[in-house]
Amino acid sequence: MEKHMLAYDFKWSILWEEPYGGWILEGVATTIKLGTICCFLSLLIGIIIGTFRITRYKPLRILAEAYTEFFRDIPLLVQLFFWYFAVPSLLPKDMRVWVYQEIPDFEFWIVVVALSLYSSSRMAEQIRAGINSISPDQFNAALSSGFSHYQAYRYVILPLAVRLVIPPLTTEILTVYKNTALAMTVGVLETTFMSQQVESYTFHGLEATTAACVIYMIITLVVVGAMGWIEKMLAVPGLITRKGASS
Amino acid sequence: MGGLLTTFELAFIAIAGGLTLGILVGMGRLSSIKLIYYPAALFVNLMRTQPLLLVIFWFYFLIPLFLGRPIGSFTSAAIAFIIFEASYFAEIIRAGIQSISKGQMEAAYSSGFTYWQAMRYFIIPQALKNMMPSLITQGVVVFQDTSLAYVIGVREFLRSANVVDAREMRSVELYLFVGFVYFIVCFSMSRVCKRMELKKGNA
Repeated sequence: MEKHMLAYDFKWSILWEEPYGGWILEGVATTIKLGTICCFLSLLIGIIIGTFRITRYKPLRILAEAYTEFFRDIPLLVQLFFWYFAVPSLLPKDMRVWVYQEIPDFEFWIVVVALSLYSSSRMAEQIRAGINSISPDQFNAALSSGFSHYQAYRYVILPLAVRLVIPPLTTEILTVYKNTALAMTVGVLETTFMSQQVESYTFHGLEATTAACVIYMIITLVVVGAMGWIEKMLAVPGLITRKGASS
Repeated sequence: MGGLLTTFELAFIAIAGGLTLGILVGMGRLSSIKLIYYPAALFVNLMRTQPLLLVIFWFYFLIPLFLGRPIGSFTSAAIAFIIFEASYFAEIIRAGIQSISKGQMEAAYSSGFTYWQAMRYFIIPQALKNMMPSLITQGVVVFQDTSLAYVIGVREFLRSANVVDAREMRSVELYLFVGFVYFIVCFSMSRVCKRMELKKGNA
């Protein structure tokens, strides 16, 4: 082969040419919006389910466990398609048309539902593990100091648990942002979708995909930085902290 | 139904390849040689910041450039999976190796084993055994992740269901069925994993 090994004409400038640069920026905005909404929702549901899993009331516990297993053991993409294709087809015809045509950003909200439910099951696991890792002695000590059950949870267990689950939750939050890329399969115009659209218009897929990689990397770094900051703010002086998080 | 076979095939390739590469990278991350340590650390951290979907696309574009000819979507997906999952396996292996006391390595050295022999016969087998639950969990994740090969047109399980759906318009039954199959496989694997953890706790 006499030709250059990479028979490819790099043209990075397409990334800031109109309209392609604008598309990618729009995609980033959607990714951030989608990821942030899903994070809050899944954290909220995750806390509820996670607490259910450790209550003494058995039906609640079984319900919560079924919920976690169910959402965790089915791939996100399958769940997404289920919500997107299958659920609307259960509706009566008029309503189905209305759903597809009248709800603004229907795909967007479908992804919000699917991703939040999926992620919340993973968060619930982390929260449960966090609470379980606190030794029951702490709880007993609180009770014998005259705290009520509620007070023991509110003032002793929860403050400790919150600090313990921050590192694993950081991972889960990152996973949520990364999973927003799946939204492209149902046509949400987020970063990955936009980069592929640039590809199909310009045939410069490598540049567009690389740009998307860099964007995800920046999002990750920002989230890690923010969570590290929160961890530092919440750190109890005198306790053993994760290496690098203190100082 | 041929799709399910492709899914298993893809998952098997991804796990076998990812684990092998992961062991090497995991060892690299513990290496005292900077020239090995930094590339390994960079590789793992870079891969872990990326959505798998994007990695799949990336290799889909990149590999034909290097080879100068197009390759099938299945091969391209398989390579993307191996490399992506290797970064996750590498972290598990690293933790596994670190869980083994330094004395083992020293004992192996003083019995005249070389680094590779010590790793091959003492450290890695123990690390794998210690990390079995995490490895199985990751295996389940890989199995679920193979559904993403859908996007570049690999006819795996989900894609087949999608194709049938387009023809038959029976979305509800199809996706429930797909979900059910994935659930059965993953749930039984995670049960196995739990059993192992309990066993280890008792021992």
